[in-house]
Formats: sequence, C-alpha cells, structure tokens
Amino acid sequence: MKRAIKLITLAASALVSFSAMAQEGKPWIHDPSTIMECDGKYYTFGTGGGGLISEDGWNWNPGAVRPGGGAAPDAIKIGDRYLVAYSATGGGLGGGHAGRVLTMWNKTLDPNSPDFKYTEAIEVAHSEMDEDCDAIDAGLFMDPTTGRLYCTYGTYFGFIRMVELDPRTGAKVEGTVDPNIAIDCEATTMIYRDGWYYLLGTHGTCCDGVNSTYNIVVGRSRNVTGPFVDNMGRDMIAGGGKMVIDGDDRQFGAGHFGRYIEDEGIEKMSFHWEADLDRSARSVLAIRPILWVNGWPVGGEAFKAGTYEISSVRRGYALELAVDFVRQNIERRGGWRMDPNEPIVVHPNQKLEDVIGTWPEGEIPARIGDWMNRPHQRWTLTVVPEAGGYVGGQYYKIQIEGTDKTLAATEDLDVTVAPAYDGSDAQLWRIEQAVDGTYRIMPKSTPGYVLTSVADSTPSLAKWDFNSDNCKWNFIAK
Amino acid sequence: MKHLFRTLVLVAALAAAASFTADAKKKKTDLIEKYPALAPYFSTPAEAAVQPDELGFIRRWVLLEPISKPNRTNTVFVDSYIRENLDNGWNKGDFKVPADGDKVTMQVEYQKPVDMTAGRPMWGVEPETEMKKVKLTWHALDSKLFNVKLYRYAVGTETGRYGAIFRAVTVIDVPEDIENVRLAVGSNSASMWWIDGEEALILSGDRRMVMDDGASKRLTLKKGRHVITGAVINGPGMSDFCVRFIDENGNPVHNYNIVK
Repeated sequence: MKRAIKLITLAASALVSFSAMAQEGKPWIHDPSTIMECDGKYYTFGTGGGGLISEDGWNWNPGAVRPGGGAAPDAIKIGDRYLVAYSATGGGLGGGHAGRVLTMWNKTLDPNSPDFKYTEAIEVAHSEMDEDCDAIDAGLFMDPTTGRLYCTYGTYFGFIRMVELDPRTGAKVEGTVDPNIAIDCEATTMIYRDGWYYLLGTHGTCCDGVNSTYNIVVGRSRNVTGPFVDNMGRDMIAGGGKMVIDGDDRQFGAGHFGRYIEDEGIEKMSFHWEADLDRSARSVLAIRPILWVNGWPVGGEAFKAGTYEISSVRRGYALELAVDFVRQNIERRGGWRMDPNEPIVVHPNQKLEDVIGTWPEGEIPARIGDWMNRPHQRWTLTVVPEAGGYVGGQYYKIQIEGTDKTLAATEDLDVTVAPAYDGSDAQLWRIEQAVDGTYRIMPKSTPGYVLTSVADSTPSLAKWDFNSDNCKWNFIAK
Repeated sequence: MKHLFRTLVLVAALAAAASFTADAKKKKTDLIEKYPALAPYFSTPAEAAVQPDELGFIRRWVLLEPISKPNRTNTVFVDSYIRENLDNGWNKGDFKVPADGDKVTMQVEYQKPVDMTAGRPMWGVEPETEMKKVKLTWHALDSKLFNVKLYRYAVGTETGRYGAIFRAVTVIDVPEDIENVRLAVGSNSASMWWIDGEEALILSGDRRMVMDDGASKRLTLKKGRHVITGAVINGPGMSDFCVRFIDENGNPVHNYNIVK
C-alpha cells in the first residue's frame, strides 16, 4: 500500500512537471509557423496543411485551416491582413528538389469568420530539379527600418536564399535576384533587433523522431541581405551559426523558429520538438522565452514549479511576509572566543513550526527584506492547471512554503498575503522570463500590472516597464 | 515741560528695555547660536514656507529632543516592538502641532551611566535602567542635508546620543489634490510614519538610512493642510531619516509647501 501511495505521488509529481512545461491540448505539429494573434485567439500552421488554434496561448488544438498542403509555412500580419507563405515540393530522398514558395492572404485566421477566405496562392520563388537550392521552408520578415518585405527559403540541399516581396501584394518584386545568404539550414527566418538583422535556421537531422538532432542556430548582420556571421566570425554561407536552442531532457529536435513579441522585453519563440518523450514521442509545439545575451538570442528555460527565493532586481532583497523577525537561538561564536579544537556542530535552518505561531491570523502584508532563508521568505509556486494559461506558460499560485498563505493582488493595485488560496484571479500569477533573464510576475486579475518594488522594501503593483528594475524579479531555487 | 521730558525719557527707556528683552529672548531661542555643533547640519527656519528640495525631500521639521530608550542593539526592532513603542497615541486625538520651544513632560526609561573603571562591560550584560521624569523641548529646524541627522541633533543639543526615540513633525500645504503619490522614507534605525494621524508605513528591523527604502500605499494628498509625523528609534550608532513624496513612476513630488 505504502509503495502504491509512493507510485501515485511520483506519477502526480510527474504530471505536474509535465503540465507545467509543455503546451496542453493536442499540440501535435511539425514546422509550426510564427504564432499569429487574431481576434483574441492564437494560430500556428504546420507542414501538411492545417494547424493549431489556442484560446489562451497554452492549450492548443487542431482547427486552423491552411489550404495547399506542402511544407513548413510561415505567417505575418501586414496591416489588417495576414500573409501566409508555404511551399509545395516533391523533394526529399524520393524525388528531386524542385520546389515552389507560394503566398496567399486572408483577412482573418478564424475559420468560422464570414471573412475567412484565402486569396489564390501565387508563386514567389522556385527551384529546379537539381539546383543548389530547395525552394521550400519559407520565412517571412518585414524590415522595420524600411518596411520592405522579404522571404527566406531553402534547405540543407544547397543555399538559403531570400526573395523580396511586395508588402501590398505578397508577390515577388519584379527584377530582383534572390541572393544566397546561408547554406545547409532548414526553416530559416529573420528577425531584427537594435540595428542587427538575425538569420535563424535549423541545423541537424530532421524528421527522425527521438533521434532527430535538429537545433536552431543564428548569425547576424548589419545588412538585411547579410553576410550573416556567427559569434566566431563564420559566415552562415560557410555553415556558421550560434546555438539558440537544442535538445532538452525529455524533448529533442528543436526546429522551425518563430518570434513572438508579447510586450517590450517579453519575447517568446515557437518551434517544434521533433519528439516529446512525455507525449508518445510525437512532434509537438513548443514555446520558450527568448533571452538576449550580448546581442544574441538564446532560448530561455520553461519555468518550473518549486520553492524559491523571489528576489527583487531593484535591491536584491527578498519578497516576504511582513511578520516579526524571529531570531534563531544559536549561540554567537565569535572567532576570538572560540576553542579552535572544539567539535563542529551543524545547525538546522529555522523551521516553519518554529515561527508560524508568531504570525498573525488573517491577511498579512507583503514586504521585501534581507534574504535570510527564513520560513516567511520561502515561496512555493504551484501550477494551477484549471486556470488556463498564456503564450508559453500556465498560472501559478504563490504560497509560503508549507502553508496556505497566498500572495494576492488587491483591487486597489496593491499586493497582500491572503490567509488561504481561494482560486480567484487575484491569486493566480503569470511568470514570464524577460529578455534579460529576469522575470515579471503578473496577476491574472490585472493584466499589464505586475509585481513591482515601489521602494526597496515595499512591493505593490504597477504597469510593466521593461526599462525599470522595479518590475523585475529573480527566482532562486531552494 | 520738565514733566513731559521726564515722561518721554521714561517711555524711551522702557521701549529700549523691551527691545533689548525681545532681542535677548530671540537670541536665547536661536538653537544654532546656542549649539554651534548643529550648524553644519541645521539652520533656523525662516518665516516663509519652503518647498521640498530638488529631489523632493522635506527638510523642514519640528524635532522633539530625544526620548531616552536604551537598546544595546537595533535587532530588537521587529514590527510588534515598533508598534508598541512608537505608536502609543502621541500624534493622535487632541494632538497639536508643536511650535518651536514647546515642552512636553514624560516618564522615560533612562540608562544609568556605565561604570567603565573596570573596563568595558562584558557582552550580554544588560546595563541598569530606571524610569525618570523629564521635560523635553520641541525645536523647529531646517536640515541643510536631504537627510535629517538625528544623531547630530541629539549630540549637538547635548540631549542624548544613543538609545533614543526621536519624534518629528512637519506641516504641508497642498494647493490642489495630488493623486497617486506615496510617502517614501529611509531611516536609521527603525521608524514609523503617519499622515494626519493615519499610519503610512513602518520600517522595522536594524535599518540603514536608504532613500526610498519603504513607501506607503498610493494616496491622494487632498488640497489643504496635512500633518506628517514620524518616530525613529535607534540603539547604538548613527541615526537619521529622509522623507519625500514620490509619484507613480518614483519621481519626486514638489508642488506643495512646507510651512513653519
């Protein structure tokens, strides 16, 4: 019986871990296009046609509609329309490498909308049977500095090329020649940040399930057409590329990057795992934070439930209950009065039962103070699966370890610690890693307002401001 | 005629004497002249109202001479201690804003002088204390610094050094409602602050003076006059505080006057 309980506990903890780290629903997809938001829902298209829809960015299910079949689509919103690119190919081992990249428009991505109607697809690039290019795997990019639209395409079979498109029609700009910008990548796409153009591509073995070595790399250039050079100075046309994300512990084969900018300083990337061991080794949609480290994009970690110090970036103090500090009764051992030969004693940390009796009943204010690893400073974050999620994450309750005392937002845009969890939106927190590796902590009840240090020792809620350390926190696992 | 002359001389003499007495009284109440050690830190307030300084700090305060409260360490200043010792109703009910020179009589805990002839007392040996009736004076001062140096105030006025509770009062005139501001305080050591008698914030523990260490909840400073009161407690070491209002973005609030 004891063993059975242990097994159930293990299974439950595995389930919590699983649900905290991967998109829920039926997120089965290969080569997911960049996530698009349309009328409050999220969409991504995949190889073979169709795609996924999500109401909240966390639970994904089949339902998106993309005609044309073919491989590796991408999407971009221009004005009030969506341009979708995909490729028709007979390529691969069984055939040649003749490919066609096509684009088409739609006013909406919602297949139930009366406005849902794709325009006729038009070819914008192609490759011949045995050319040093495989015209598939389209990646759409609008240069924010010029408003010019580009599409990169190509695979491991030769060069990656880019074609300039007319952003009004989605057609190739007449008279332009598609330059070669990289070699031996798949699923390329471009992004722009701080004066740099980044070309991301997937290297490694595709489509081999759990043995796929797919990984996403990047090079950068000051010019939209390259040369795109990695951190070692290697041109991507010579195979260069700095790692953005590769395999994880239980998921392998990261491929087909798409950037999703949620807010200033909050960026996420969509891609697929070729195989998720927790999900029948299927190819699944993945969403991770994008970090920017020394001017390079790096894949962030999925946030994990656990017990943490929540440390303010403003001062480095720790979020805590505003209760009397209880001293530990361990004799002070000043070095000048200590017998150097006396045996060493290992003392325990202060325990919850040592102090909880001194805490008031009911609501207790939250405060920020010197980290001392005391019970009033240790916060356990637990996923609340029934609360839904957001792009790339689920909601958490944040409680003092071993208690039901729960961090809560208040109606007047402040924070407090409620005596018990009540399941309200004010007690559900969204944990998102910012591009600098810190975290923002936002209650479900007041989107846009985040946990903030309004003074070194005073937490409250304020509008998210990526440029202020007041809004940022670090989670230090305990 | 002779009588008239004598009368005029007498009136002149009385006027001169009155003037001399007023000057003497004024001189007597000029704390800075009496205690030159205060001069680097404080000045005598002018009659005209002033505004907060460039960073929004309030430099004009009426300070009570230190209330003796011996503590060998600042680590005892937990929240409940602060409430018990600083929030005893002194600034509520029929509290009147003290004027310069006002006096208050109270019983205080007083530490007897430590006998050092046999060397420094052993650590952990608590010095003896006794209750003592004292008369303390309020002094109106402008701080020359953004932070009000309580230690220098106590030492400079020869009224204390360590182990004390300081009380501070200031009055502000707000010309129009100012919404969504916070009272932001730093203090050495722990402190408690009120606006119009309502608790604004507590800074507990062994505090260092850090600008914007703690802040009140959002509040609206309504048009009109408001009284800000604070109490700072310190065991050994330096003692000071700094107070300002900050807006939603943490920027200083300036648009109000601090009256004498």
